[in-house]
Amino acid sequence: MDRFLADLLRVLTFDAGFNTSVVMLGSAALGCAAGAAGTFAMLRGRTLVSDAVAHATLPGIAGAFLVAALIGRQPREAGWLMGGAAIAAFLSLAAIEWLGRRPKVGPDTATAAVLACGFGLGLALMSLVQTLTVGRQAGLETLLFGSAAGMLPGEAYAMAALAALVLLVIGAVLKELSAVAFDPDFALTAGLPVARLDALVALVCAVVVVAALPIAGFVLAVALVVIPPAAARFWSDRAGIVVSIAAAIGAVSAFSGAALSAVLSDTPTGPAIVLVAAAIFTMSLLFGRARGLVAGRA
Amino acid sequence: MAEFWTVDFVPLTAASLAALACALVGNLLILTRRAMAADALSHSVVPGVVVAVALTGLTGSVVVLAGGLVAAFAASGLVAFLTRVGRVEPGAALGIVFTSFFAFGILMLEWTGLSHTGFDIHHVVTGYLEGLIWVTGDGGENLSLFQKLATLPQVVTELALVLVLVSAILFAFRKELALLAFDPVFARATGLPVGLLEAALLTATALACTAAFKSVGVVLAVAMIVCPPATARLLTTRLSQQFALSAVIALGSVLVGYVAAVAGPGLFGSPLALNAAGTIGATAGLALVAAAALRARA
Repeated sequence: MDRFLADLLRVLTFDAGFNTSVVMLGSAALGCAAGAAGTFAMLRGRTLVSDAVAHATLPGIAGAFLVAALIGRQPREAGWLMGGAAIAAFLSLAAIEWLGRRPKVGPDTATAAVLACGFGLGLALMSLVQTLTVGRQAGLETLLFGSAAGMLPGEAYAMAALAALVLLVIGAVLKELSAVAFDPDFALTAGLPVARLDALVALVCAVVVVAALPIAGFVLAVALVVIPPAAARFWSDRAGIVVSIAAAIGAVSAFSGAALSAVLSDTPTGPAIVLVAAAIFTMSLLFGRARGLVAGRA
Repeated sequence: MAEFWTVDFVPLTAASLAALACALVGNLLILTRRAMAADALSHSVVPGVVVAVALTGLTGSVVVLAGGLVAAFAASGLVAFLTRVGRVEPGAALGIVFTSFFAFGILMLEWTGLSHTGFDIHHVVTGYLEGLIWVTGDGGENLSLFQKLATLPQVVTELALVLVLVSAILFAFRKELALLAFDPVFARATGLPVGLLEAALLTATALACTAAFKSVGVVLAVAMIVCPPATARLLTTRLSQQFALSAVIALGSVLVGYVAAVAGPGLFGSPLALNAAGTIGATAGLALVAAAALRARA
């Protein structure tokens, strides 16, 4: 136990090597962006679309790997895989929209269909990738549940840059997004482009989820955009404050989850992040100032 | 063809039984807009199964199914609590509960050491139909047919049992469940025991998801819950026809997907097979897309 605490302290004070520190800071930046972006998706009732997007990136990643192998490039280059994931994420958003518009299908069924079938296609392609003997394997095992330990500094920098970009975009249209999320009727009458703002939120969440895949994994990446906003909602009814608290909870969860996973053996990063976030959520559910069950004003 | 009984018979049977159980219950789930809830449930059964196996030290069907059922009821009770008492947005409540449950399940699996004893969590997600081998399928001439059948993998009997249970539940409550699916307000007003019906539907869903747990995989289960019923719904308006059609589409997807997985790479001169759970899921998705494209106005 003493060794565990000493190790944890060493990691938390950035004394555990350059690589670990970079990865943890990158995770924190990403958690921050995910919390902020997720708030708007949650208030529009669209959180689970991010789950489908996260799963549906697998065929993109596998496809990028296969193409890279075919033309003789080094497949592990982060740009390749991220590019493939981004294309797949965009296609999955379009597919959900296309299917979900039909009254006999609906958004709920469309989301689940894209999630399951996209991931299925990805698994099939991935089994093809694993038969190839070129270069390093893409490592489906680590991608499923995330591994901050296996991350390269370059990937961490890319992640932090994406997080900064997302925060900039959200900051630029914060007022409009808040109006649409907290008071859609007003937003419509005020002539705001509601559909386009919704699309922007979906896109931003997709970017965050794709960037989070290496640390959180396919199955649990969605937690980063779901849990922090839901926890933040218990603390305030004001848009700006909810967004800030969600960003803070996201940063803390991702940072401590990465630290725990670095210190504990047999602990993938994704589950560690989720359980830290779930603990913060439970505290908020009980003691939140605005809607908490014990301390709320309700 | 020589190895059909040893290598292909059991995976095909297991996939067909699971596909039927999932697709049948899926008909009601998509009508009540609970496709994503089914996805969440399929992940939430994981910790129940892991804890049940860790506590009892047994991996028998009853232990596994009971663990899955308890976790499913706990998860769905928690979602209801969060949405009603905690006023959490429904999608976010699903996301929080299933990611927390699943993360807890993964960590339990790693920390109890079960992950090193044949309980591979990766197979729970990706499916592992290839692992189902019937040792005495071919050969074993000195054994009687009954002795041969006794060496079938446990999962086949488990899935057959679950298919019978699920069909029995759906058949017993067929009129009430149909009414609940199409007109919940009227169902409530006529004094139907809505709570009991919801519990029956939840039991059927949880059984189907848990049975799919180890070999067929969570992803294939979700694909089969969503795609064949959604495809059938695009093609017909009558519920009885939708049920029958979804069963046919599910079995067709299994057959086409499995053949594609086994024979597909052979076309390119490769002796290897693809992940069959993945190709089956992707096939079911293609069927849905085809139906949606054909019925452009449905």
